[in-house]
Amino acid sequence: MALSSRHLLGLQGVPKEDIQTILDTAITFREVLERPIKRVPTLQGKTVVNLFYESSTRTRISFELAEKRLSADAINFSVAASSVSKGETLKDTIRNIEAMKVDMVVVRHACAGTPQFLTKVCDSNIINAGDGIHEHPTQALLDMYSIRERLGRIEGLKVCIIGDIAHSRVALSNIFGLRTMGAKVSVCGPSTMIPKYINDLGVDVIFSVDEAIRENDVIIVLRIQLERKAREYFPSIREYARYFGIDQDRLDKAGKEILILHPGPINRGVELSSEVADGLNQIILRQVTNGVAVRMAVLYLLGTLN
Amino acid sequence: MHIKAKIVDSEGIERIITRMAHEILERNKGSKNIVLMGMRTRGDFLAKRISEKIKEIENIQLPIGTLDITLYRDDFRTRLKQPEVSVSNITFDITEKDIILVDDVLFTGRTVRSALNVIMDFGRPGSIQLCVLVDRGHRELPIRADYVGKNIPTSTNEEVKVKMKEIDGEDAIYLVETEDESDSKDEIK
Repeated sequence: MALSSRHLLGLQGVPKEDIQTILDTAITFREVLERPIKRVPTLQGKTVVNLFYESSTRTRISFELAEKRLSADAINFSVAASSVSKGETLKDTIRNIEAMKVDMVVVRHACAGTPQFLTKVCDSNIINAGDGIHEHPTQALLDMYSIRERLGRIEGLKVCIIGDIAHSRVALSNIFGLRTMGAKVSVCGPSTMIPKYINDLGVDVIFSVDEAIRENDVIIVLRIQLERKAREYFPSIREYARYFGIDQDRLDKAGKEILILHPGPINRGVELSSEVADGLNQIILRQVTNGVAVRMAVLYLLGTLN
Repeated sequence: MHIKAKIVDSEGIERIITRMAHEILERNKGSKNIVLMGMRTRGDFLAKRISEKIKEIENIQLPIGTLDITLYRDDFRTRLKQPEVSVSNITFDITEKDIILVDDVLFTGRTVRSALNVIMDFGRPGSIQLCVLVDRGHRELPIRADYVGKNIPTSTNEEVKVKMKEIDGEDAIYLVETEDESDSKDEIK
């Protein structure tokens, strides 16, 4: 029942049983979220710091809600309003925060490996909320939860991730997690956005979106991260939308049911046409709710470990 | 852990359930405002049996809910094993209802305390009454049952095991002896 690690740094190397436990536990918290009073006293007296070195709305609010609904005390730390602007190092910051008797740290940072580093300099449970272009495990867990909720299983499904694979932590975590759970994973995108050694991870590369839609049960559409200079990897946004964007025509042509997930926020008219985005609204919003439940499960499983 | 005695057999349990169903109806002057709430696991089966009995008597199907109290436990810090969580299932409005809370064994009263908190998070019932198959004593909180199937005085190194057909394959109540105290602490009853 208990997880094999006291941190959640990524999904690489996390055993199947652990992922299963997190997804199963999330079902319980999904039920809590449907109650009139959406709060349980499980983590009463525990303090969780949300250490966000990178801007985030969705993930931070999702974690904060998850913490509050478990009755933990949540402290928010964002770079803009902290001593980081005075030149304090990450190590000093975390040591200072820990001296205030903190039990868990949720961290997001632009540098890959930050959560790993934190496990060496402090004793709290560390949860990765996105480190650079490395991993974003809770997003992948909520994608897997949503897939399982809709299709009843993950094992044996064919899943394609479409978009900027090279710069996506969501893609990497999903590749690790989905493969561990027995899904067949492929990636699709412009060749400039497909990492060179991606085949070593056991995934296939598809260059045609039509083929990706035809051949798969689930499609995870990534957001084109314009703020991360995504524009340098293809000639124009219009061209990207034309070759890799998903619109109603493409879906009609495939003529079958396909589950489409998107981690949000959507660039309408780029990776998804407005029409498709509106059609998907329900499932995308459901993903957001599931995200809170999955994060509650992770906080619960790590926070109550002795 | 070895079995000391079988205290009640399946016929005995049947009789107890019949009596408790009558007591519940008598105390509440019928079944109009009653809902049953079983605590996982075995309390939920017991609640179902009681509702069947009440249906035989009054010909009315009472709403039954299931409570999982794991998230409300007070012993997360002291336990070695992480408890498995499950789902509470209450599909009806409990406002102003008379809730009969059903469990198999009443021991320290801590589970009941947790259950009361869970119920309060679902709404504001008119009243809550406690119905247990066995009261084995050793209360640590000011809690008592309204309906008791059988009082079984025990020592701390003894434990009462209720078996139910639905999951254990038989209906019976056993008194068992535990080797050390940590064994019985594993379950807060």
